[in-house]
Amino acid sequence: MRVMAQLSMVMNLDKCIGCHTCSVTCKQAWTNRAGTEYVWFNNVETRPGQGYPRRYEDQDTWQGGWTLDRKGRLKPRSGGRARRMLGIFSNPLLPTIADYYEPWTYDYETLTTAPLQDDVPVARPYSLISGEPTKVEWSANWDDDLGGGPDIAGRDPVVQKISDAIRLDYERAFMFYLPRICEHCLNPACMAACPSGAIYKRAEDGIVLVDQDGCRGWRMCVTGCPYKKIYFNHRTGKAEKCTFCYPRVEVGLPTVCSETCVGRLRYIGVLLYDADKVTAAAETEDDKALYEAQLGVFLDPEDPEVIAAARRDGVPETWLEAARRSPVHALINRYRVALPLHPEFRTMPMVWYIPPLSPVVDALRDTGHDGEDAGNLFGAIEALRIPVRYLAGLFTAGDPEPVAAVLRKLAAMRSYMRDTNLGDPADEAKAAAVGMSGRDMQDMYRLLALAKYDERYVIPTQAAAEAAALEESACPVDYDYDEHGRDRTSGPFGEASGRPAPASVESFHALKDRQTTGALVSPGDRKGRVNLLNWDGKGRPGGLFPRRGKGDE
Amino acid sequence: MNLLLWVALPYVAIACLVGGTVWRYRYDRFGWTTRSSELYEKRLLRIASPLFHFGLIFVILGHIAGLVVPEDWTEAVHVPESAYHAVSLVAGSIAGAAAVAGLALLVYRRRTSGPVFSATTRNDKLMYVLLGGSLLLGLGVTVIENGIRGPYDYRETVGPWFRDVFLLRPDPDLMARIPLLYKFHVLLGLVLTALFPFTRLIHAFAAPWRYPFRPYIVYRSRGGRGPATRDPARGWEPVTRR
Repeated sequence: MRVMAQLSMVMNLDKCIGCHTCSVTCKQAWTNRAGTEYVWFNNVETRPGQGYPRRYEDQDTWQGGWTLDRKGRLKPRSGGRARRMLGIFSNPLLPTIADYYEPWTYDYETLTTAPLQDDVPVARPYSLISGEPTKVEWSANWDDDLGGGPDIAGRDPVVQKISDAIRLDYERAFMFYLPRICEHCLNPACMAACPSGAIYKRAEDGIVLVDQDGCRGWRMCVTGCPYKKIYFNHRTGKAEKCTFCYPRVEVGLPTVCSETCVGRLRYIGVLLYDADKVTAAAETEDDKALYEAQLGVFLDPEDPEVIAAARRDGVPETWLEAARRSPVHALINRYRVALPLHPEFRTMPMVWYIPPLSPVVDALRDTGHDGEDAGNLFGAIEALRIPVRYLAGLFTAGDPEPVAAVLRKLAAMRSYMRDTNLGDPADEAKAAAVGMSGRDMQDMYRLLALAKYDERYVIPTQAAAEAAALEESACPVDYDYDEHGRDRTSGPFGEASGRPAPASVESFHALKDRQTTGALVSPGDRKGRVNLLNWDGKGRPGGLFPRRGKGDE
Repeated sequence: MNLLLWVALPYVAIACLVGGTVWRYRYDRFGWTTRSSELYEKRLLRIASPLFHFGLIFVILGHIAGLVVPEDWTEAVHVPESAYHAVSLVAGSIAGAAAVAGLALLVYRRRTSGPVFSATTRNDKLMYVLLGGSLLLGLGVTVIENGIRGPYDYRETVGPWFRDVFLLRPDPDLMARIPLLYKFHVLLGLVLTALFPFTRLIHAFAAPWRYPFRPYIVYRSRGGRGPATRDPARGWEPVTRR
């Protein structure tokens, strides 16, 4: 067992209203530069829909993610090492700008400089790629809210996998929003595809980053990533991707997309995982078993064995504490209501989703039924096969059972909490029916419906994790003399001269003296100086407290 | 004049190549990229780029075989000059033609595809002129001097001169006797060598030869000594230290 910690995210899709605030604020923060005009580290897709870039999920075309070779070992779907080296001079699997969209601006200046005339001046669109006047034909969310109708939504690869016959039916049935960022996978295919080795996963927090000094612009990562969440900056010639806002999370702040989320649907927390098990889990033969396999990689932060191993592997104490309080751990492992996006890509994604129950509730309400009655909801989950199958196509490689189980839990929670809110006796049977207790229902409800800022974002800072190391960066512990043989506890001109004694030296000697001396109060000599940190409450050591009056000595 | 062209210039070119590469590595790793335009246009690139690059690889291999390997060595393994000549003529012509055709397509694409053209810098244009010129002259030398005008054994003049430059005993007289076309080809090649690290050609030195040997998944520590990071300064050291 090799314990590693990762910051990961869960999004509650029931709460997403498709406002794109996350996308806009992310773009303002990260990709409002030349060369990244078309880049959205965070985008919100209407599902069913083609997504951004168009039909990115169709791996028969784009060849992203991993596949298993004849011996059952992982291999990038776009080809192994030899094939990639031979194909380095051109990459036909790279989406072109047309697959994303041609970014544009308007010549706003004509609005203010146009002379007085009969017609209202208009600002015409100009391509930001070629600088020529352009016709706006597509964008990152062109098919928002099923815009474009069945023709566009019908080309959704997940829809096409389900079946063509049911298409219209289910379009009447439901629609929901899917916000996407980089998945910060445990087994990233972009990284495997990078010829320069410039993409790496940070050992401390699992964030996947591109080393901008190491990237040489081979563009293989764009092909490798099945989520198409690595972008090629066409000005600098380097790959760029979502950074999980690492400058923010390092100091304990949530990512910009989470911070600004209007629906408060994002949760960030620490997950512990066993790095030794990742490859074996990703090599699970059955696509549908990959969800369970990934759950098997995660570790229980309450387990004493895990805690001991984590300490051995250098996971800081603050991170272990955060892992125990992690909302992400609760939603993924404890309540099992969050699911990974497209586990069949075998990248072991680390941004998970709670599938939406609202389409089911809406369908019930529209047909005149009580949308919060447990019996109705359970029946509807079974009856509304199409939404469940569609969600299964997104989250569980097509296996409807885990999705239905999650929806049943959410339905049971709604029904259970309605009883509570209306003052009716809580019906424990409702909780038991989905394998949970009433207490679990209450806790899950709190996390999903009420959780405040510090419950949604449990982010340990890097500084706290490194504080112990920083304190000792002045010197290692237990040294009386520094590397030049000078006494550390005293400078050349007496006590207060020279460099300050490192905290560990001072407290080491102080504690030793305190523990071995027979004297009750201050040991008298300078080495044994007692301060507020190492004072054990015995007596009133000199210099620790201000003098009260003249007689106080 | 001979001294300037065949003794001074090669050393200047080598100095520029080495110094420029070191400078680029130390101060401009961010700019060290292929600057691919595949995002804008990939249909023509699909044909042109591999054609050009593979052609060029064989051209370079041919140069190494022709310039670095002395004539005695091939004769020692009983390869007569006539056989070597035939191989070099045929292989060189094919590789050269492929590279020239690829480059022509690439330049055509660059000129006609709007976004690709607007992403072209003056530096690129100069580089294309030099690279295209050297390639055309090289192909001309192979076809005309070695082929049509009858065999010319550059391994008695250019080859020894090239090796002597590296042995620090350059002999300009060897080069004074060679055909004019050859002279132009070598000169243009030297200028290109000198400018190499300052153009996008530098991406050739980023060839990912380590990729086949590294594991697929890469972990790096946040505090690790990545190329762009440095050790954290100790508390009392001024933060401006570099």
